[in-house]
Amino acid sequence: MAEIIQEEKGKDGKKKTKKHPPHIDMTPMVDLMCLLITFFMLTTAFSKAKIMEIVLPDKLKDPNQEAPRISASRTQNILLGPDNKVYTYPGNVKPEDYNSLPPLRETDFSATGIRQILLGWNRTLFKKIDDFNQQVISGKIVISQDSVQSAIRKLKSDDDTGPIVLIKAYKEATYGNFVDILDEMNICGVAHYMFVDIAWYEDTMIEIAAGISSTGTTSSN
Amino acid sequence: MPKIKLPTKQPRIDMTPMVDTFCVVLTFLMLTTQMRQPEPATVDTPFSISETPTPDFNTMSFLLSPEGQVFMNFDNGPDTLLKYRPKILTEMGKRYGIEFTEKQLREFEKFPSSIGVPIMQMQDFLNAKDNTSRKAFQAGIPLDSADNQLAMWVLYARQVNPNIQACIKGDAKTPFPVVKKVLDILQDKNVKKFNLITSLEAAKINLEEIQQ
Repeated sequence: MAEIIQEEKGKDGKKKTKKHPPHIDMTPMVDLMCLLITFFMLTTAFSKAKIMEIVLPDKLKDPNQEAPRISASRTQNILLGPDNKVYTYPGNVKPEDYNSLPPLRETDFSATGIRQILLGWNRTLFKKIDDFNQQVISGKIVISQDSVQSAIRKLKSDDDTGPIVLIKAYKEATYGNFVDILDEMNICGVAHYMFVDIAWYEDTMIEIAAGISSTGTTSSN
Repeated sequence: MPKIKLPTKQPRIDMTPMVDTFCVVLTFLMLTTQMRQPEPATVDTPFSISETPTPDFNTMSFLLSPEGQVFMNFDNGPDTLLKYRPKILTEMGKRYGIEFTEKQLREFEKFPSSIGVPIMQMQDFLNAKDNTSRKAFQAGIPLDSADNQLAMWVLYARQVNPNIQACIKGDAKTPFPVVKKVLDILQDKNVKKFNLITSLEAAKINLEEIQQ
């Protein structure tokens, strides 16, 4: 990028007296700056990592204290199994019924898997939230972004027909599965979901469904 | 008609405006850039649709490697004068009967990435000259019930900075029992709200398709 500087010579080979201020050749400076900009562009992390909030319930410190009761008809269980598989079953199982465990429904994390099932359970609430969002987008309702969030929260807390989802993780599940399932809850607008410990009979259910031979040492961890 | 004179000189391009723009862009990039510190374990965070950005201050972050090691990091607080990091280390030292020197505390304050050193080796770790020799000490914080140092870190971090929030950064392949253990320890210490660090991913739902 070097620049050819032509010397101007006057008559008799004498140098002309300069009329203009001397011209500074900026090409090396531009070269250097190009290099620095490229460096910074490549090293800068423009997208900041995002966070997903999760609130866990209090631990039951007193062993005599009973866990809060929830209606079995609305309860849906999601079990995170090995190899990115998800199992669901409705209602609840009492430890006494371990001889007649309900069958598990096997699915996966794809958009046609667990998301369809969740939306099937949560259709009324999801439609309400979706309609509300559409109205905001089309300009029928003009409110601020914060009010949108609180209005959706209100819709969720008023909901009394949607499922109460209990999420349980088998010991071979991964952290990715855990985040994925919480993400699906947010996508589908499930109002009530919580993460609870897996019970031993649910371990057995997964082992039967996934064809893992039970080692007999499964404990309610 | 007069003849058009061809210029005898080579045209000279004035680069000043170009230099000006470059200067602006360069200044912008230099001011906004945040150098990414190399973490002791490479972690690919899972994806989610959440759009909340990570908080800048008052965080304690847990880095869960796919091998099941746990590393921790704190920030110095919104004002560097608060010096939360050395304070937390001093408290930890008191608990385990280790006296850290002023120099070691300063080293700890400056250390940029997550730390997963058992407290007994912390002095050697801080005395080490360069990052390569330090790397050998990064074995993960012990968290079994016999020697639960992670719980102590959480306890003192919360004592020193009551506004601290827990952020969990795990690899998508981290086995779940490790996550569960960390969550249990935090729950024991009455931390109920967690931030899971994820990368952004868009999700689209076609309502007609579902309603079938």
